[in-house]
Amino acid sequence: MTEKNLKQAREYVGISQVAGPLVAVKGIHNVGYNELAEVIDPDGNVRLGSILECSEGAAVIQVFEGTSGLSIPDTRIRFRGEPLTMGVSGELFGRVFNGLGQPIDGGPAPRAEMNMDVNGLPINPTAREYPRKFIQTGISAIDGMNTLVRGQKLPIFSGTGLPHNRIVAQITRQAKIIGEDTSFAVVFAAMGIKHDVAQYFIRNFEESGVLEKVVLFLNLADDPSVERLVTPRTALTAAEYLAFTMNMHVLVILTDMTNYCESLREISTIREEIPSRKGYPGYLYSDLSNIYERAGMISGIDGSITQMPILTMPNDDISHPVPDLSGYITEGQIVLERDLDHRNIYPPIAGLPSLSRLMKDGIGEGMTREDHAHVASQLFAAYSHVKDVRALAAVIGAEELTPLDKVYLEVGDRFEREFLSQGEYEDRSITETLDIGWSVISHLPKEELYRISEEELNKYYGK
Amino acid sequence: MLEIIGKVDKVIGPVVHAREIDKARMLDLVEVGDYHLVGEIVKLDRDRAVIQVYEDTTGLAPGTNIYSAGVPLSVDLGPGLIGTIYDGIQRPLEVIRDSSDQYIQKGIHVSPLDREKKWQYKPSLAPGIGVSGGEIVGTVQETVLIEHKVLIPPGVAGKVTWVIDEGEYNVDETVATVENSDGDSVAVKMSQRWPVRKGRPVRERKPLSIPLITGQRVIDTLFPVAKGGTVVVPGGFGTGKTMIQHALSKWSDADLIVYIGCGERGNEMTDVLIEFPKLIDPRSKRPIMERTILIANTSNMPVAAREASIYTGITIAEYYRDQGYHVAIMADSTSRWAEALRELSGRMEEMPADEGYPAYLPTRLAEFYERAGMVQTLGGDQGSISIVGSVSPPGGDFSEPVTQHSKRFVRCTWALDRQLANARHYPAISWLDSYSEYVEEISGWWEENFGGEWMDLRRRIMDLLQNEGKLQQVVKLVGPDVLPDTQRIVLETCTMFKNAFLQQNSFDKIDMFCVPEKQVKMLQVILEFYDLGLENINKGATIHQIKKLEVTSDIMRMKFSVGNDEIEKIDEIRDKLNRSMQRIAEMFE
Ligand SMILES: Nc1ncnc2c1ncn2[C@@H]1O[C@H](COP(=O)(O)OP(=O)(O)O)[C@@H](O)[C@H]1O
Ligand SMILES: [Mg+2]
Repeated sequence: MTEKNLKQAREYVGISQVAGPLVAVKGIHNVGYNELAEVIDPDGNVRLGSILECSEGAAVIQVFEGTSGLSIPDTRIRFRGEPLTMGVSGELFGRVFNGLGQPIDGGPAPRAEMNMDVNGLPINPTAREYPRKFIQTGISAIDGMNTLVRGQKLPIFSGTGLPHNRIVAQITRQAKIIGEDTSFAVVFAAMGIKHDVAQYFIRNFEESGVLEKVVLFLNLADDPSVERLVTPRTALTAAEYLAFTMNMHVLVILTDMTNYCESLREISTIREEIPSRKGYPGYLYSDLSNIYERAGMISGIDGSITQMPILTMPNDDISHPVPDLSGYITEGQIVLERDLDHRNIYPPIAGLPSLSRLMKDGIGEGMTREDHAHVASQLFAAYSHVKDVRALAAVIGAEELTPLDKVYLEVGDRFEREFLSQGEYEDRSITETLDIGWSVISHLPKEELYRISEEELNKYYGK
Repeated sequence: MLEIIGKVDKVIGPVVHAREIDKARMLDLVEVGDYHLVGEIVKLDRDRAVIQVYEDTTGLAPGTNIYSAGVPLSVDLGPGLIGTIYDGIQRPLEVIRDSSDQYIQKGIHVSPLDREKKWQYKPSLAPGIGVSGGEIVGTVQETVLIEHKVLIPPGVAGKVTWVIDEGEYNVDETVATVENSDGDSVAVKMSQRWPVRKGRPVRERKPLSIPLITGQRVIDTLFPVAKGGTVVVPGGFGTGKTMIQHALSKWSDADLIVYIGCGERGNEMTDVLIEFPKLIDPRSKRPIMERTILIANTSNMPVAAREASIYTGITIAEYYRDQGYHVAIMADSTSRWAEALRELSGRMEEMPADEGYPAYLPTRLAEFYERAGMVQTLGGDQGSISIVGSVSPPGGDFSEPVTQHSKRFVRCTWALDRQLANARHYPAISWLDSYSEYVEEISGWWEENFGGEWMDLRRRIMDLLQNEGKLQQVVKLVGPDVLPDTQRIVLETCTMFKNAFLQQNSFDKIDMFCVPEKQVKMLQVILEFYDLGLENINKGATIHQIKKLEVTSDIMRMKFSVGNDEIEKIDEIRDKLNRSMQRIAEMFE
């Protein structure tokens, strides 16, 4: 019998303490840190947990499915001798799993080609391939100014009631690589979101006919909150298999990361750890990195993982630890703005705080168009000046503005109405997007377009 | 030799408590458990110890053994460091990749230096000479750019009794023997080891007087750093910290760059790995990878090794400084290092000070930045280490502990501004919040090389910017129209200066790097625009007449229309400016 089998065969009766989702056991044989435990409640149901802390003959277990109904003398524990794994194969598609990777659609467990540790491993930076393939989402604000590339991690920073779900659904419908007909496989991980939101996405996948290329991991609002801590990990494990073993291009949607972070805070508080900001543990950054850094491309492998996490900013506050630490890890952010939403501008993508860090390598001649970088930069500069002019106009009145600043006001309106705004089913090509960009900035006198070269002005200005 | 020195008692993430410890010393390197995970002893209490482990501890169980060879965490120093990418504890990531798959598995033990590779070695000493630590015994052409000087290890002194012949040897070869004062014979190898937490000794610290030319206008002209100096770059996410450090790695005139990716993105390191071998240094015309050493402990790699990465990087830098080179260190980001410190401290249940950081955070920061400086090496050469550390303040709020403490220990701050970054004004270095204490010290260098004007030009533009800041307060309330044209020319000049000079696009083939001569000329033109414009306004011209001049658009574009090797074109723009202004002047004569 191997040591692992021996460990699995032993069962311990009785636990010493329960606190929130944590269970403490004593009098056991030594077990390994972060390994999986089965916690068997008095009714014989098996719940899974992982070992947060282990010492000589004792361990603290975090129980994913919660601890309600556990009793001190009658709870039994078994140790697996390995961390939580997920069985993966091409048969994952079209299936629905809970956060632990167990099927919840009534079907049998899919055949497992292999079992992968859900915690993943850090990708060796020398094995990465730098992402540079432009993904056309058909949304001007993204394609034109915050370009997404294949293998990027680009989150949506949203607020309650803002249309982030509609935007992400539109992206999954429209995303394509120009000149390639490979479509994306989608891995969708829900953490603490409402049933109707999950249903909205599923309906959308159905309508656009991609459902058979979707794998769903659902931990909904009324599911155990600790399970949320593994949901993105099981989902990304499936994605890694599809991308790096099956060579597929996978789009991973993680929603809502704020709920994930709250679960992490809950555990940290129960363990009486020293908090950093707003009660979140000091290791929140490292923990989030272990999720976000699982996006990317590997050199020599065809597949890729593109991540689109969604998070709601509490109080629309971008400096809140969840968006703040995310922004420090991800490769840019699409920020939604309430003010635009109030003015019925869809998609309400904020012009200035949004950013795509990988844009530079995915745009330009041969990828989008030679003028792309300069047009985008000029739009940012102009819109930024518009914001100043609007602030000034609010103080001194629009009539008092200089003639040039009045033009800027108009350009600002056109930018929002013509460039930003578009239909939920409107799929703009990159050429259309850039042309609209030109038509907006062409209202400015040439001298103001100092970020654009002479040749580009000659070719596109006012055309 | 590895010996068992105790047993694992408790595992809490990267922190392991040990029992039955004997023969261990503080900061000894250890290997933990069946996988032989690398760790370091950070606390000792009778027969118990606390160990920080540099690898993932999943599966590590109490009761397993702890091994040690009784040496502190050290780095291997010798030919072969340049062009290599290491993790936080100097494991070469390319070797790891070639020996497994795309992931970094745990329990991997690989040598930092290639021990097979033969280097062409040339002795520079003859037997019979008296030597001491830090002196050069021989040389190896490590890359086309860097001649590697093999040094007598610090602490060794005596008479050379034997030197090896010129030839091809590997890094473990004994290249000389020295008989010390006790009559013992000491073997000097081509490579040596040095504990990372201990600074390498120097003969003497020197005053700073030479700028580190970065090719970035806002830095070189407004907020320069001296060779041997220290800078912090605080800024919220996306404000351009990493881009600045990449730009400096590419274009600064240091002899060698040590780039430490500390708790940041994997793709940023990949970017460097792909780009640097292709980029050609404008001075030496060689790929800049030939002067670069990378340390990558990305955010998802083990947090304890992130803490160590800063020390690994600076020790390597000191080794090249000791060979007489000017080394620049980029540490991106020191906040992630401080957070690693906080996480480890928290797991050890130490008393926290500000925002959960341990009370010793300021001491550690000070110790790190003190390892920078211009020195006379033990061997008598001149060498330096400059440190540029980025800081990632939570919420972009500079009042937090890491920014505040760091600023106490450095003499230059490039404060990144969210508003500028949002407007895509890059580098988003705020001209109002940044400062450099090196300006006076390096002004001599500028005047020697580019005439006596530099200090004066710089002072004049800084004054205009200050003045503009005040005028903008008024504009915000009443609009620019009410200002007299003598003040509006200040606004116009500053707008021009910001767009045409301060803003610099790292992706533009010409603008990514700007030689000092061009910086001076650009600044002269812009100030001349102000002088002549003001003169004309005083004669009766209006601001609109001046703004309308066609030459303004030449000035706005000179940064990317005039290459670094054709700066005389700026003289033409200047002539055109003079002619245009003269024409306006004539209208009022
Ligand atoms: N000098 C520059 N020129 C052009 N773009 C820049 C420059 N500096 C920053 N950027 C833009 O800003 C983005 C964020 O910069 P980065 O250095 O990654 O920020 P940080 O490290 O502070 O989070 C980059 O991806 C790039 O698009
Ligand atoms: Mg950065």
